[in-house]
Amino acid sequence: MTPDGRTPELTDMDPESSSELERQRQDRSNEATPGPHRIAGTATISPPATIGTDPQAKPALSVKLDQLRAFYGNSEQVKGIDLEFRANEVTAIIGPSGCGKSTMVRCINRMHEEIPGARAEGRVLLEDFDVYDPSVDVVAVRRAVGMVFQKPNPFPTMSIFDNVAAGLRLSAKRGGDMRAKVEAALRSAGLWDEVADRLDAPGAGLSGGQQQRLCIARSLAVDPEVILMDEPCSALDPIATLKIEELIDQLKQRVTIVIVTHNMQQAARVADRTAFMLGGELIEIGPTQEIFTKPNDSRTEEYVTGKFG
Amino acid sequence: MARFAVSPARQRKDRIARGAVLTGTVIALIPLVLIVYYLLRKGLGAWSGSFFTTDPTGNTFFGGSNIGGIKSAILGTIEIVALASAIAVPTGIGVAVWLVEYGKNSWFAQAVRFFVDVLTGVPSIVFGLFVYIVLVVGTGSTYAGYKGSIALSLLMLPVVIRSAEVILLLVPAALRESALALGAPRWRVIFNIVLPTALPGMITGVLLAVARAAGETAPLLFTAAATLKTNFNLGGFMNSLPVQIYKDVTSPTTAVVNRAWGAALTLVVMILLLNLIARLIARRSRLA
Repeated sequence: MTPDGRTPELTDMDPESSSELERQRQDRSNEATPGPHRIAGTATISPPATIGTDPQAKPALSVKLDQLRAFYGNSEQVKGIDLEFRANEVTAIIGPSGCGKSTMVRCINRMHEEIPGARAEGRVLLEDFDVYDPSVDVVAVRRAVGMVFQKPNPFPTMSIFDNVAAGLRLSAKRGGDMRAKVEAALRSAGLWDEVADRLDAPGAGLSGGQQQRLCIARSLAVDPEVILMDEPCSALDPIATLKIEELIDQLKQRVTIVIVTHNMQQAARVADRTAFMLGGELIEIGPTQEIFTKPNDSRTEEYVTGKFG
Repeated sequence: MARFAVSPARQRKDRIARGAVLTGTVIALIPLVLIVYYLLRKGLGAWSGSFFTTDPTGNTFFGGSNIGGIKSAILGTIEIVALASAIAVPTGIGVAVWLVEYGKNSWFAQAVRFFVDVLTGVPSIVFGLFVYIVLVVGTGSTYAGYKGSIALSLLMLPVVIRSAEVILLLVPAALRESALALGAPRWRVIFNIVLPTALPGMITGVLLAVARAAGETAPLLFTAAATLKTNFNLGGFMNSLPVQIYKDVTSPTTAVVNRAWGAALTLVVMILLLNLIARLIARRSRLA
């Protein structure tokens, strides 16, 4: 952390080693990011075509786990995982309950350590920046890596507008046109048309699916480069689930998405690549199609065909 | 159908159990109703316009015509309790926030909880004695309103801490997590998410503490003492409703004893009003 409490630049990397990667990524995000002139005045139909309205939007970051171990007290729940989540891809994590999926994902934005007695070892690299480096400000990491939880949890004392603005206000990213930022985030989350006329209504008054999209808008507002989703649809009905899945498909143009899911159809629908975990270990990762049709490991096959788990 | 009918034995047990619970409730209600009844009957008789607008005269030997009212006691209680709350409420909520958000189950937090529990059980006169020895005798000075406030704040502190801690623990962990995951620093999570969510509950706890403090006599007797004149200087002797009641009720003059009833009713009504106002504020501040 710098002395004035500001965040170190996560994207500030050695230009030599990553320039090629950087350029590729830039190309991809340019493709994916239409300029504002193409957006202006477009009335949005859900899902909206307004992703990346900000031409200065940061490119998505890749996430690499290097021998990541996570513990609750003395019990090891994640047992040395090496894994890469590629930039602008959706990676699904599947596996039976208690296999360490959520724990692993919570290590990426250092939420794991919020649980008393929990700790993690190993490295989590955002591009080539280790979030477990002692000099790192966790707050900066969490601004770069957003999170959507299993149960929609809008702030109960706040209106719809304030819920989305909360991320900006709480992280002291004030300034600029707050209303425009809130609108952009709500549009990106495909919620704008449904709530535009009642931004002052309490966020807790929305339906479950709307609340979850509100939570997505809230995390989008701070302009993260990675979004972690921990079973984001498990409390939602099929229609709301479908909307979130369409949204995920849109959002990957702008961010890297890691989604934990128990629903294998969901993984098949949204994920570019799928990782299968069992007993705290990564069994295999590959293109979603392959994991579901011709996995390398027999345990993966048994799980995806419903023989256990 | 007979298979599912309630048996006579079960019906009997049910009647006995219901009867026992109802009897207990009625027995507990009797003193409550009697207190309210006597307060209203005797207290309303003492109330009059001048009762609230004049200081007690101290002249209690020549009938009831010129004993004066309780203005100095009302204002004294408001001043002393306001200062006590200003000390105890922020401190107590601060301690509770530390216990819940930072101390958690560390040995120091456990020690703090233990001492807070011990403090809750300390008789109020002990707080009065403590302040008397430290601030009255100890400084070689005399009684003062603010010393009474300090005695009352010590009394309020454990109540505020424990009630606020319970309420803060009720704030769902998921709310803290989602705020932290947005990249909010912990202090902002506490001030912008946790405290507003806990506010209505904490107000209830604070009011309990205020009500308890406002009714205490013992900590004030030898810290703020008593006086006749209205006093806006917390550095001087200060009258208060409980002390006035204590002095009046031991008087041989009927009119003065009646003034004690009037003062008691006044105290109860003041606490009731405070409750109502705080609840209105809490309701308005809550969106959901």
